[in-house]
Amino acid sequence: MSLLLLAEQALNGLQFGVMLFLMAAGLTLVFGVMGLINLAHGSLYMLGAFVAAVVAGATGSFLLALVAALAAAAGAGALVEMLVIRRLYDRDHLDQVLATFALILIFSEGTRWAFGSFPLYLDIPPWLSGPVMLPGGILYPAYRLSLIGVGLAVALALYLLISRTRLGVRIRAGAADREMIAALGVDISRLYTVVFALGAGLAGLAGALVGAIQSVQVGMGEPVLILAFVVIVIGGIGSIKGALIGAILVGLTDTLGRLLLPLAFQTVMDSSAAASAGAAVASMSIYILMAAVLIWRPSGLFGARG
Amino acid sequence: MNERWLNAAVVAGLVAFPLWALWMDEPFLITLATRAVILALAGVGLNIALGLGGLVSLGHAAFFGIGGYAMGILASHAQAYAPIMEWPFLIEGTKSMPVIWIVAMLAAALAALAIGALSLRTSGVYFIMITLAFGQMLYYFAISWPAYGGEDGLSIYVRNGFPGLNTLAPAPFYGLCLTVLLIALAAHWQIARSPFGLALNAARQSPARVETVGIAPFRLRLVAFTVSGAITGLAGALFADLNRFVSPVMFSWQTSGEIMVFVILGGVARLFGPVVGAVVFITLEHWLGGLSDYWHIYLGALLLGVVLFARGGLIGLVAGRGGHE
Amino acid sequence: MTLKTLALAMGLAATSGAAWAEPVKVGMITTLSGGGAGLGIDVRDGFLLALKQSGNTDVELVIEDDQQKPDVAVQLADKMIQSEKVDVLTGIIWSNLAMAVVPGAVAQGKFYLSPNAGPSALAGKGCNPNYFNVAWQNDNLHEAAGAYANSAGLKNSFILAPNYPAGQDALTGYKRQYKGELAGELYTKLGQTDYAAEIAQIRASGADSVFFFLPGGMGISFLKQYADSGVDLPVVGPAFSFDQGILQAVGSAALGVKNTSQWSKDLDNPANADFVETFVVEYGRLPSLYASQGFDTANLLLSALEKAEVTDADAFRAALKEADFASTRGDFRFNTNNHPIQDIYVREVIKEGEVFTNRIIATALEDHGDAYAAECKM
Repeated sequence: MSLLLLAEQALNGLQFGVMLFLMAAGLTLVFGVMGLINLAHGSLYMLGAFVAAVVAGATGSFLLALVAALAAAAGAGALVEMLVIRRLYDRDHLDQVLATFALILIFSEGTRWAFGSFPLYLDIPPWLSGPVMLPGGILYPAYRLSLIGVGLAVALALYLLISRTRLGVRIRAGAADREMIAALGVDISRLYTVVFALGAGLAGLAGALVGAIQSVQVGMGEPVLILAFVVIVIGGIGSIKGALIGAILVGLTDTLGRLLLPLAFQTVMDSSAAASAGAAVASMSIYILMAAVLIWRPSGLFGARG
Repeated sequence: MNERWLNAAVVAGLVAFPLWALWMDEPFLITLATRAVILALAGVGLNIALGLGGLVSLGHAAFFGIGGYAMGILASHAQAYAPIMEWPFLIEGTKSMPVIWIVAMLAAALAALAIGALSLRTSGVYFIMITLAFGQMLYYFAISWPAYGGEDGLSIYVRNGFPGLNTLAPAPFYGLCLTVLLIALAAHWQIARSPFGLALNAARQSPARVETVGIAPFRLRLVAFTVSGAITGLAGALFADLNRFVSPVMFSWQTSGEIMVFVILGGVARLFGPVVGAVVFITLEHWLGGLSDYWHIYLGALLLGVVLFARGGLIGLVAGRGGHE
Repeated sequence: MTLKTLALAMGLAATSGAAWAEPVKVGMITTLSGGGAGLGIDVRDGFLLALKQSGNTDVELVIEDDQQKPDVAVQLADKMIQSEKVDVLTGIIWSNLAMAVVPGAVAQGKFYLSPNAGPSALAGKGCNPNYFNVAWQNDNLHEAAGAYANSAGLKNSFILAPNYPAGQDALTGYKRQYKGELAGELYTKLGQTDYAAEIAQIRASGADSVFFFLPGGMGISFLKQYADSGVDLPVVGPAFSFDQGILQAVGSAALGVKNTSQWSKDLDNPANADFVETFVVEYGRLPSLYASQGFDTANLLLSALEKAEVTDADAFRAALKEADFASTRGDFRFNTNNHPIQDIYVREVIKEGEVFTNRIIATALEDHGDAYAAECKM
């Protein structure tokens, strides 16, 4: 195996990780500020992809589709927050799990009812299709390269938002001490709606971006949701920095595991059996990573509280 | 209504149900009720960790699946007349339920001991997620392990036997499962009242207080988690026998989620919470499934309504708050 | 419209001869909700269309949704057998659900007609006289892909499939016919959506072609990412990733791809031309191969009902075995293990106006049975 292949796979891992970060950022914000476990976060991801597919199909503009996906998911997030989520902040995690589980059922079948049972079409815009040659001779898809760029830009924007703006101050204060910030006269319920909509919008954006290179179908949100939970738990719940590092760690582990584990098994068994055994261990690799991190640091890498 | 009367009414209903179904000539309803009773048993297992110990495990599918596969592996070897291993000593498969149950409970308890020992170092959301991680590991392992069918699962052609009982007929098998459920409920009740249960409850509310009297909360929780896993494992073995089939779906996180939904729907820490939750859930699934292709929407709306407007679950709604809380 | 009326009239004429027939109850367990619902809906619609065309009012159909969960499917089978007292079961899409339901159902003396799944266990040692597969044995389309690779002069294939029994069967099936070298062999995670790592390995492997079996959404994801990667090796796969239902979601990424199928909408026989036309009129969309399988399953059942009563199990079984119906696939007969012997074609994805679809370019295997029939003792 060449170094070139390894480098390309590392890029793939990075790209996968950066997309996971868009999902995980919203989850970890909502958990950090409101103390809420939101299983329906994956549904907002799905919603983003569906809206993008419909808008791109109707207008032919991919950028318009992205904006629509972000807006629709943020809007749906705000609506759900005001109708349902708001009543769950002072409940324990169990009620939150059940209520957001119910939301998944409603969202998934509602989407199928509205858009039908067959996958939708959403494609990469022509100006981003095809590969580009990177220094070092790696042929890499331009679209994936832009995904890395968009993801890192969002990470930077989030960092600036939280460290430099008035909203950021409130978010940090809310995460540190919820009663205090209410006592200081901040309209806490509006803050919560804004934070929830922000997280939802990011999930919708991720869904639209990833939808262009995957299948836009009902149920696409749940596998990503589980991965996003793995990410925020590894990174430490409530920490944006943790989410970014956790996401990249998960992305690299998953991608490189799929490449290297079958090769490692090949040294001790024949290639067909090694392919199967290696794939089996690779599919468990991120969960093994997560269990190992938690056994080593029970509150994740950058977590403050449990 | 008093919670104790409600519980008595539930038991009476479960006992009387098959008679009514036989009289109506609807044997399938007995099969459906058996499913509810077995899933309730899985919920009773989870409720010991969740209700008594405050341990929110989203990985109980692991124990449910291990119980199922214990049955599947033993019975498939027995029906093929192939020993499980011959060296260093001979282990044969079996079609006897009592033996299968013991193996299922032991295997699930061992897994729970190992998973618990690692997971209980964490708490809160981290605990939820690490238990989920272990469940997912077993799920992917079961899918890609070719020896016992992988994703296709394992079919057992004839239901396993219980001495003196025709388990092939729906009613006796239902009676058997109901008896096991009632024994598990009695065990839960005993555990909750025992010094162990009281200490566990105290550790849930204030770990520091328990530590000052010289009891390590970690050990209490580990024991509770192991017992909980064993009961859910037993439910898994029965579930496999009901379907005469095991598959990795038993390990999936949706299964963990559903078991948890039964408990929350009925009422966390209520003795009969999982029973009421499972019965109501299965009834809804059966009834709504016939109404529309999009019945999940109605199911979701109903669940949402229960969380938002019936705090303390359905039992809380009927019997009022209080009880164990 | 005229064709449809004609078919209806012909169906009525045919059934009037068997007016003495007792009502027969058929239970259909299929996937109608969740991500896999498209396949179940197609099978159901094809089946219903055939019933409607026949005008046979003696068939009572009970349809239930298995949610793609094996335990739910088993429960529904119990319900249909114990409560609805059905004579014949059908409808299951997925191999793992079929493995859960079929052995129990046929052990209780029911007939099972499979409109889609054909796991190897039920074709070989686990075959049963009451189990008829009207679609294919799981390996068939992959074997055809291997045969096609030989005839197209491909000598160094990279092959991949999800890591589960049907995926392992797929690669085994391909290798059974394929005579060239393997540039690589990969198993992916079931339900995986990102294939960047696999595509990079394909690029680095020096292969001259790619064979993949990735059903449903997995195939859509793979093809879109493959088309964008700049790797332009020829791709071969079974029809499951190129059926009418999902082809529109793959879009131009699939254009020109060769895939193997026992059916195609341009297959030239009267039964098929009629089926495609009436299906479009009835449902407003093009039929998929799943729809054709549902349609054939119903017609097989109807043909047997004309000859024998379902209560006379031996006669009914013999009537099924004759497969005396006009299949949308043209020639169709049953092997000794009640699985099809049929031609398998190579199709190419094309664009007709605004719609992506397939056309036949060659026959990969003629009168092809399966590799397990010899193990079947019945």
